[in-house]
Amino acid sequence: MSAKTIPMYKRPEGLTDVRTHYCAGCGHGIVHKLIAEALEELEVLDRTILIAPVGCAVLAYNYIEVDGLEAAHGRAPAVATGLKRALPDRMVISYQGDGDLLAIGTGETIHAANRGEDITVIFVNNAVYGMTGGQMAPTTLEGQKTLTSPYGRNPADVGFPIRACEVLDTLESPVYIERTSVHNPASVRKTKKAILKALKYQKDGLGYSFVEILSMCPTNWGVEPVTGAEWVKDAMMPWFTLKKFRDRPEEKKEEKQAS
Amino acid sequence: MSKTLLMKGNEALAEAAIIAGCRHYFAYPITPQNEIPAYLSRRMPEVGGTFLQAESELAAISMVLGAAAGGVRTMTSSSSPGMALKQEGISYIAGSELPCVLVNVMRGGPGLGAIAGAQGDYFQATRGGGNGDYRTIVLAPGSAQELADFTIDAFDLADEYRIPVLILADGYIGQMSEPVVLPEPTGKTFKKPWALTGAKGRSKNIIASMKLIPDTALEEHNLHLQEKYDLISENVRRIETYHTDDAEWLIVAYGTAARIARKAVDRLRAEGVKAGLFRPLSLWPFPDRELYELARNAGKVLTVEMSLGQLVEDVKLSVNGAVEVDLYGRAGGAVPALDDIIERIKSYERENHTHVQAS
Repeated sequence: MSAKTIPMYKRPEGLTDVRTHYCAGCGHGIVHKLIAEALEELEVLDRTILIAPVGCAVLAYNYIEVDGLEAAHGRAPAVATGLKRALPDRMVISYQGDGDLLAIGTGETIHAANRGEDITVIFVNNAVYGMTGGQMAPTTLEGQKTLTSPYGRNPADVGFPIRACEVLDTLESPVYIERTSVHNPASVRKTKKAILKALKYQKDGLGYSFVEILSMCPTNWGVEPVTGAEWVKDAMMPWFTLKKFRDRPEEKKEEKQAS
Repeated sequence: MSKTLLMKGNEALAEAAIIAGCRHYFAYPITPQNEIPAYLSRRMPEVGGTFLQAESELAAISMVLGAAAGGVRTMTSSSSPGMALKQEGISYIAGSELPCVLVNVMRGGPGLGAIAGAQGDYFQATRGGGNGDYRTIVLAPGSAQELADFTIDAFDLADEYRIPVLILADGYIGQMSEPVVLPEPTGKTFKKPWALTGAKGRSKNIIASMKLIPDTALEEHNLHLQEKYDLISENVRRIETYHTDDAEWLIVAYGTAARIARKAVDRLRAEGVKAGLFRPLSLWPFPDRELYELARNAGKVLTVEMSLGQLVEDVKLSVNGAVEVDLYGRAGGAVPALDDIIERIKSYERENHTHVQAS
């Protein structure tokens, strides 16, 4: 046997070698890794700026080896708009959670998408406010108990969970909209492809790309990590269908050439 | 060669922003500042810049934050209720030490108020409407010419100190047409090694107002900000005085109110009353030492403002009890009447008060 070591797997160059603050079974670390891998593969680590949201991923810029910027709660797509307009040849990622994207930042979300800003929004949907301790989110499921829906979410009172991809799919401008999940290895691989595609489209200047990722929050769901992964499949996926809603790079390329 | 143009104040400011090198402007419509976005929506494409009408004031100020983080000169403008919405982003920008220029063409409040010019946002501007211990430089122009000149200055100050600079105007100055000689660019350049341009050939940059680790990080950050504010307080003290050398009455006013007060000084002097005008051009830092000296020499102080007791607080803090201070304020878009200012001072003279009433 040769003593030569063949590296089968390594930490992506774009992922900082530190312990994250995320809880056991949380999906953020997986999503961070996929972004880091995608940026490395696209060779854009040194021209990317990551905008961290207010929420559990508020320190995301400490974990991904690119320039990092903070945005106020919900404002990341507007901050991304300003930055991208200032530096059109840089890659700008707006990383957001469900409260950020669909409650306090609904306006910014819709309008950045509607303008077709040349940015990538990575939306981590775990159906709960994590950082503040487990309150009801716009994506909290019907009947789901949280800190602020102790009797379960009642749609008659607070409405149904909002489906971001479906809402954005009504807009003309986005080039790419897909919902994936990270609850098992096969889904993680699909999510990687989706993130890679979204960022590739931005690299090619094709406009707004959006990836929603169903993710686990066992801590605030009050379950074991393994159960958390199952809950994504059993509870979230029936309401939040995994689907590619939009993928039209050719059309965007033509528009770009025409303009 | 510079020629004199007839321009609305808002347009003079907008063109000056172009001259200062601002190529990224984000705003939401609101009266009485609408000439600024209208002008820049036409001009920015001509100079290869970005004009973007945002979906809200919250978004507009956030776009400014993003553009500033990218290292470019950027500006937003609004009027009072819109400025209230921008306070969130201003606090973040101040905490993140990003340079930008903000413009408030004030109207009457509270709430939706009305669209006529007013000065009711003095507290909001100088005390900060956002959360936390922060400051913005506040400049107070009084004419279309100064709207242009102060804008040039504002961009340099913002870059020099990495701080938001607020131009606090009002609807009268913004909408009045006056002769303007457009200013020249200063040519000052500022290195921005902190900008988020992608970590090519350097370690990564992070711009954030949040400071978590270690436990003392946030206090240290605040102390650092305070040191900067102390430095600005020494370096950026802007005043204009008019007949203050021998004044026995000192009128303190800024912006539109100061224009009327200046006329009152002329009239009072013609009638034998030695009045003078102290006009702060920077509202933060407030030129307190300068005012203290002149107020003590004069002995009697009248504050004239288009609000009901805001500027007068800084006047009182400046004189620190050495001189009593009277207030003549109008609100809700009303303008101080020349005759009222004169009569107020003359009534004290007639009755031979030894000092004026504290307001």
